[in-house]
Formats: sequence, structure tokens, C-alpha cells
Amino acid sequence: MTDRVPVLKIGEVLLVSIQTDLDDQMVLDLQEDLSNRIVATGAKGVVIDISALEIVDSFVGRMLAHNAAVSRILGAETIVVGMRPAVAMTLVELGLSMSGVRTALNLERGLKLLRRIAAGRA
Amino acid sequence: MKDYAAECASLETVPVSTSGDVVSMRQMVRILAQRGGLSLVHQTKLVTAASELGRNMLVYGGGGSVRAASVTDAGRPGVFVEFRDKGPGIADLDLALTDGWTSGNGMGLGLSGARRLVDEFDIESGPSGTTVRIVKWAK
Amino acid sequence: MNTESNIRLLVDTLTEQREKFLTQWTRTVGEDLRGRLSTAELGRELGELYDAVLEAMTAGSLDSRGEHFAETRSLLIELSRNRARQGFTPTETVRSVFALKEVLEPSLTGDADSARAYLQFARLLDGLGLLTSEAYLRTREEIISSQAEQLLELSTPVVKLWDGVVGVPLVGTLDSARTQVVMEKLLQTLVDTDSTHAIIDITGVPTVDTQVAQHLLKTVVAARMMGAQCTISGIRPQIAQTIVALGIEFGDIPTNASLSDALRQALKEVALDAEDDVRGLL
Repeated sequence: MTDRVPVLKIGEVLLVSIQTDLDDQMVLDLQEDLSNRIVATGAKGVVIDISALEIVDSFVGRMLAHNAAVSRILGAETIVVGMRPAVAMTLVELGLSMSGVRTALNLERGLKLLRRIAAGRA
Repeated sequence: MKDYAAECASLETVPVSTSGDVVSMRQMVRILAQRGGLSLVHQTKLVTAASELGRNMLVYGGGGSVRAASVTDAGRPGVFVEFRDKGPGIADLDLALTDGWTSGNGMGLGLSGARRLVDEFDIESGPSGTTVRIVKWAK
Repeated sequence: MNTESNIRLLVDTLTEQREKFLTQWTRTVGEDLRGRLSTAELGRELGELYDAVLEAMTAGSLDSRGEHFAETRSLLIELSRNRARQGFTPTETVRSVFALKEVLEPSLTGDADSARAYLQFARLLDGLGLLTSEAYLRTREEIISSQAEQLLELSTPVVKLWDGVVGVPLVGTLDSARTQVVMEKLLQTLVDTDSTHAIIDITGVPTVDTQVAQHLLKTVVAARMMGAQCTISGIRPQIAQTIVALGIEFGDIPTNASLSDALRQALKEVALDAEDDVRGLL
């Protein structure tokens, strides 16, 4: 597998929009790419859009939580946006609450939340 | 658990030996779930459980094969999936089914979490391999 | 006299006097149903049934569960489904079958031989009667479960309370099927209306046990993972007492005593966000 999830830079924000069903290797690659890009760009925030994901299993869930923790150490706040209701209900049943991860309903709200955090208001 | 595999006229089988295979297996299960009339939440739960069990099989059992079929019970449609590997087996099943227990580097939600996501769950494990069977009903 | 000759006797009698028996049967059943089915319709229904039974017996069978009676069974299932849907009682439905016994009784109890044949026929009808009541029950169960489903849909309206705030007033007992529906609807509404706050009002819920608390907690966690905040309001004093007495872990669930308090809190937060927007901070 050579497919990688693109990491886009917009100002001080890195945007990751996951559009395909990920296999485990792609998940690991993304994890690595993201931390490298945060360091390389000095980004202050990361938004991961998962609105296209039909399932999030414990592996992907763990990657999201791991990324949030790693990027925080590197000085960037991560917002996971667009989780589908069915996915959220499944994750709860699976026993994953992603308590360390900040979330927003959609990309727009995610970007707003990042700016609010930057302004020290959230 | 009933022997659903014996009742099914047509079982779809896919080998799982890479993480890419897990993705195609998930897609096969989702198509069956959609055809079986499972609600979106039920579909998502079933496919997520399949993903967990498929990965378990790959990581701990060295890969194997997955069989799936549409089943009915008293007019209620559902989907049956069987995961079979020829790995070393699970030494302590009760322990493996406990939340948070893991022999690898996962979070230990694979088996116990998958069990919570489906309606029927059955596991057999021995030195010659592990077989997990699950069923999710439409209601 | 053996079974074979009994069957022959029955078949002969039923064939010879078909018109007479059928008319009587239709009349008896018609009286039972007190005119709620037209005589013509009833006559056609029972005529088909009569001929199916006769045909199976002509083939030499008296076994209501045997292959010769397949046609009869499907007619009976059809009949009891219709009766169940039209609101007839189980007695009225099964009597449609048993009435044939009464009709045949006078013609078949003249001598010992025909009495024996009659008894065998009665046993056959008993079997068919049981089948009818089973089919009737199954249909009623289907009707009940489909109504329960409709009720589920009806009883959980998710309403928009304000821009960015949705609410769902829960009334009645919460079980897991219902909570599942509420949860799904509520979370979907959050996405559809781009709302960041949800309020579940449980003023109308009589009791909260460990399981209900679990369901509420799951909804709150799921909403949080989607990026919304979910509050439980309308916790009556007795329920608060029960929650504490049972030692239910409610810790992680934001709660308010009344819906208005919850709404005020949600509006405050929504307003704060809007203020940030206006200030051009964002």
C-alpha cells in the first residue's frame, strides 16, 4: 500500500480530511506524517475531518487519541470533526470515549474552536 | 449458538492475510448488512465488530479466512460472520474477553468490545486455531 | 373397521352431501361471526377449505400435519391472518373450523362404524383447529410488534428549542430499544440542525434505574464525541433520591433540575460563542 492520507496546511492549521476506508498501515502512516508535519510547519492546530468515515474501530480511535496527545506535546491542539451519529454510538458501545480528544460537529465549527483556543477563550 | 454456517446455502468467503484484506472483508460484511435490511447503526456496529475481529485474527492468529452470509431466524433477517484462524489459540478465554486486557499493544477492546456490538457471539479456541462466530439481527 | 375404510366412508359422505354440509357450515359460522363477514365471502372461504380437506382425505390421509394437507394448512393460515387483522377473537376464528364437527355430527353418528369414522374426523379437525389458533396468535404478535415500533417513533419527538439547541422530552418508561431510537434521532438532529447543545428532559420518566442511567450516560458521551454538549434536565426530587440511594454513577452527566435551567445554561453558552464571532475574535 502506497496510499497516504494528504495533510494540508492552511495558515497555522493542518487539515486532514479522511476520505477513504483506511487500512491499518494507512493509519500508522498518517500518525507519523502528522507529527512530522507539525514539527516542520510549526502548526498551532490540527483538524481531522472524519465525516466520510463509515466506521471508526478501536485502532482508528486509538490513533485519533494518540495524535491528539502527541500534537499537544508538540504545541498543536487537535480537533476531530464530523463524527457520524452511528459511529459515535458504536464507539460508546465498544468502550471508547476518546475523553482526551476535542471534537466539533463540522469543519467550520472545528476551525472556530481552534481560533477560540488560540485566543484563550476555550 | 445455532450452527448458522450449516444452514446457509451460500457463504461468501474471503481470505484475510493483510490489513488491506481486512478492508475488503469489512466491505463484504457491510454489503450483506445493507442487503439484510439492518439499520445504519446496526450496520455500523456489525462492521466495526468485524473490523476488530479481523484485525485480531491477523495480529494474533497470523491471518485466516472469514465467511459471511445472510441468515434469518423466525422471519427476522440478520448477518452471520465467522472468523477462523490457525494461530496458536488463546490460552485464557475469560481473560481475553475482559475489558482492557491485551496480550499485544492494543487497548484490549477487540474481543470484549466486539462482543458488545453484536447480538450473538461464540468463540472456540485451541492449539490449532481460534474460531469466532457472530450474528447481528436487524432488530 | 380400519382407518382406510373410515376414510372411504368419510369421503363418500362429504362428497355426496357437499352442498348441504357447506350451507350448514357457512350458516353456523355466519351466526358465530354475527354478520361481520358477508355470507358470499364466507361461503367462498369455507368452500375452498372444504374441498382442500376433501381432496387430502381422498388421497388417503387424516394427518393434519402431513403433506396432503399442505393446501388446507395454507388456506387456514390465510383465514386466521385475515380474521386476526379484522379483529375477530381467537374463539371466533377457531370455531370456524370446529363448527364443521357439529355439522357432520347428525349424519355420522347413526351406527358404530360411522361414529368411529366421525371420531377420527373430529381428531383431524382438532389438529387443524390448533394450527389455526397458532397462526392467529402469530399474526397478532406481528401486529403488536409493528404497533410497538410505530409507538416508539411517535413517542420521541426531537424539537429545536433555539438556534443551536435541540431538546427531547422523554415520557414513560425507558428501555434499551427506546433509548436507542431516542439516541439515534437526537444525534442525527444535532448534525442536521448544526446544533451544539442537546437537552434530554426526563420529567415524564417515572423511574431511573442503573440501566436507564447507563443509557443516558452513553448518549451524553456519544454527543460529546460528535462535538456537542448534552444535558439531562427535569430530575425530580424522588429520582435524585433514588439515584443517590442506588449509588448510580451519574458523575459525568451534566444535569439541571428543570428544563428552563438547562435551556438558560445552553443559551448562555451559545450566546458566548456568538459574541466571540461578532467581536471578530474569530
